[in-house]
Amino acid sequence: MNQTYGIVAVSAAVVTTLVIGSAGLRISRTTSDFYVASRTVPPYLNAMAISGEYLSAASFLGIAGLVAAEGVDMLWFPVGYAAGYLVLLVFVAAPLRRSGAYTLPDFADARLESRAARRVASVLVVGVGWLYLLPQLQGAGLTLGLVTGAPRWLGGVLVAVVVTLAVAAGGMRSITFVQAFQYCLKLTALLVPAIFLVLAWHGDPRPADALDEPPTFRRHTQVTVETTVRIRIETPLRAVVTGAVDGQGYDGGRLLLDPGVHQVRAGTTLRFPPDSPVPGLESDDGRRTGASSWAAPLSGGKDDHPLYTTYGLIFATFLGTMGLPHVLVRFYTNPDGRAARRTTVIVLALVGGFYLLPPLYGLLGRIYAPDLLLTGTTDAAVLVLPERLVGGAGGDLLGALIAAGACAAFLSTASGLTLSVAGVLSQDVLPSLGVRHFRLATLLAVAVPVTVSVAAGNLPVANAVGLAFAVAASSFCPLLVLGIWWRGLTAPGAIAGLLTGGGSALVAVALTIAGPLTDGWAHTLLAWPAVWSVPLGFLTMILVSLATRHRIPAGTEAAMARLHLPERPAGQGAPTTRRGVTTS
Amino acid sequence: MNGFALLAAGAPLLFAGGLAAGRLVARRAAEGGTDPGTPVERATFHTLHTASLAAPPLRAGLTEDAARKAVRRLRPLFGAAALGLTDRDRPLAWDGPGRHHEDTVSDRVRQVLDTGRAQSFAVGCPDPDCPVRWGAAVPLTVDRRVLGALVVLGARESAALLRAAGEVARWVSVQLELAELDRARTGLIEAEIRALRAQISPHFIYNSLAAIASFVRTDPERARELLLEFADFTRYSFRRHGEFTTLAEELRSVEQFLELVRARFGQRLRVTLQIAPEVLPVTVPFLCLQPLVENAVKHGLEESVERSRIGITALDEGALARIVIEDNGVGMEPDRLRRILRGEGSPSSGIGLRNVDERLRQVYGDDHGLVIETGVGAGMKITIRVPKYRPGVHSTPPRTASGSA
Repeated sequence: MNQTYGIVAVSAAVVTTLVIGSAGLRISRTTSDFYVASRTVPPYLNAMAISGEYLSAASFLGIAGLVAAEGVDMLWFPVGYAAGYLVLLVFVAAPLRRSGAYTLPDFADARLESRAARRVASVLVVGVGWLYLLPQLQGAGLTLGLVTGAPRWLGGVLVAVVVTLAVAAGGMRSITFVQAFQYCLKLTALLVPAIFLVLAWHGDPRPADALDEPPTFRRHTQVTVETTVRIRIETPLRAVVTGAVDGQGYDGGRLLLDPGVHQVRAGTTLRFPPDSPVPGLESDDGRRTGASSWAAPLSGGKDDHPLYTTYGLIFATFLGTMGLPHVLVRFYTNPDGRAARRTTVIVLALVGGFYLLPPLYGLLGRIYAPDLLLTGTTDAAVLVLPERLVGGAGGDLLGALIAAGACAAFLSTASGLTLSVAGVLSQDVLPSLGVRHFRLATLLAVAVPVTVSVAAGNLPVANAVGLAFAVAASSFCPLLVLGIWWRGLTAPGAIAGLLTGGGSALVAVALTIAGPLTDGWAHTLLAWPAVWSVPLGFLTMILVSLATRHRIPAGTEAAMARLHLPERPAGQGAPTTRRGVTTS
Repeated sequence: MNGFALLAAGAPLLFAGGLAAGRLVARRAAEGGTDPGTPVERATFHTLHTASLAAPPLRAGLTEDAARKAVRRLRPLFGAAALGLTDRDRPLAWDGPGRHHEDTVSDRVRQVLDTGRAQSFAVGCPDPDCPVRWGAAVPLTVDRRVLGALVVLGARESAALLRAAGEVARWVSVQLELAELDRARTGLIEAEIRALRAQISPHFIYNSLAAIASFVRTDPERARELLLEFADFTRYSFRRHGEFTTLAEELRSVEQFLELVRARFGQRLRVTLQIAPEVLPVTVPFLCLQPLVENAVKHGLEESVERSRIGITALDEGALARIVIEDNGVGMEPDRLRRILRGEGSPSSGIGLRNVDERLRQVYGDDHGLVIETGVGAGMKITIRVPKYRPGVHSTPPRTASGSA
């Protein structure tokens, strides 16, 4: 990838973001005309902002990587990410806006009139926020590493610094415009190259069958392995090796690899001839990645229990979207419940449209960048494709565009998350710091995930996001759904449910990341906790609420009325319709 | 490396745990002294401590929630089997065994409520294990009205227990009296605010009408427009319901106000707006901007001859909205301003400022009062920081034209 183009594109994305963030307000809203100044954010703009904030590095890079590596099962990721908004639309959007709550802790407070419930919700918001920030920073490391050749950790730290400065300095003031711009940038950055890629694919004299099992290298391919890997070879394979294979050093020597498992030391470079099959990556515990039956659903992938895994994914993404702190705060911008609902519909369209693209990149990545399967860095598939397929200056330009889009992806999500985590930290978790210590809270909000992402090395981006979704789904989904639709919810019930559901999911996530279990049902249950932790959260909340029925908050009826009665239609207060005779 | 990850993922949990533990330890340390003192001292301390714990819930008045908390804390004072509180109609809270005597007890309580005199009575129970053999009911009296009764049930008749019940009932009565006082005070503040809030100055009405009159012949269309603005403005300002509104509504009222001011001063007044659309739905106290703008206009126009510039800015600051109103007028001596905000100035000057400041502090706490930067001849800059959400703060949408008062 051409580094100059890449660096220019990424810097341009960052600078444009900051400029719009700090100056956009001034340009577009300084006026002496009240009518212009007091126009609320229209639903389409807010929807674009929500989409911009929502489409993270996981969506931009991770999905394509997963699809390339593990096959069509992973299509549930984009489906779930989009469908989460359907659940949000049906059950939550309008009542949440009418509740007047700005954050999730606000909602707990408004509905349950309990400081304790508010406190618990705040801690969980911070937990989910940090968990979600982690993959953003890793995606940043990956992208910047590929574009500029910087080491992995540097990218994450760099983004963290940019985001902290922007948020702490108040540079994200006109955040709606910034995020709407980010959505457009992300969509363009995937859509335009996609058109060229599809054209190139069709122009290919040998449009390879994408479903080749296993995929083959299409030309002389040189692969440098960054970490020591074990590869499985089915048929004898020729390669030119510089480095060490199976403990033996080579320096540009030809080698015939026999069928079986071989170990390739870190830093080794392998050159494969055209049409040779891509060796599969063998994980440490003997399970295979790079599924043999890529195109068939439920065919195994890397998990032992594909059906369960699929449901785990569906539960987490469908129900987790409503619990993402940075998404919910944006609903406050809508003037009323009706606008909130309309916004969500538009978000569904925008996000759904976007998610058509990453699977295409995944498919092309499997055909044209199979070496990524060998090195395990499939998250880079989106970034390298233009270079592979289009090539030349055109390829470089498209690659730079994609890099800018990826940069927008982790910048927008990271800044949105940082803003909401820092807000909750300064308001609820560390109230003693006072309102003015928002900057300190921002620093803390970023410092924790940065430390972890530098220390924890490489989590697959989309998987880590899945874990954040699982925690959100098992804590906030019960709180929101029961809080909005059930009169019987009590503060002790909500707290118990948040702690049991969210707590168990957090523990499962922690165990998965730390990895004491790598196999069998126990591992699968922990890696996809939503299937059991969401019902657990609901059940605890319902049972404890029933047991503490005398503690139903006094204001429940009033709160319910406020949540569900439609407001006076917006716009009726406009001077033109309001003028006239008043009856008294 | 993995350990690190585990630690990091568990960090929120650990953090929460640590926070809770820290608070608990701090509280323990505050409560338990090192010197136990004499038995009398300890008994005194114990009694006073129990009473002080039970006081805060009762300050909310005689409600079910308050009664439940108070009874649970007060029962150890008696060492009796059971303690209950009732209001005039029904039992509110019951702590301890003996619920099956509710019928007997409620008969007695009715008598106590009717007569206003304490009673002790024997309780017959067929169950040999039942710890309840005797009971006492004491009225809770505030202003010679009987609000409810305190019921003590014990194993045997005891004069000491009866006396203690009488004393505790009197103590509870005092707390209830304080609660009523609180309520009265809140009511007074509300009445004060209601009296203060819709004070559009008579001068403004007079000046506006005079300005409109000057257009009636030269520009009838403009006069009509202005009259309608005037009508809208007064209707908004005089509306009676709802303590809160949205920033968007508030800005609309400011617009009408400025339109009327412009009719009088024409091009001498320049207004610059910079409003972040994200904060327009924020709920703010009713008529919290108009007095500040009026103040700015007064300082800018009526006391100087140059052109006046007024800036209204509303910015999004995460969980807060910051609203700034600036003018380049004559400003004010800080000391004088301080006196006005303390309510010591002459009643005519700056009453709007003080009113807004008090209401903001009352609703959002002392951190959220007006922040004013000014000096003589240096203009004035007023900053408000309003939280986007605060429990109990909900905007009441203005009613439709046909339904307005």
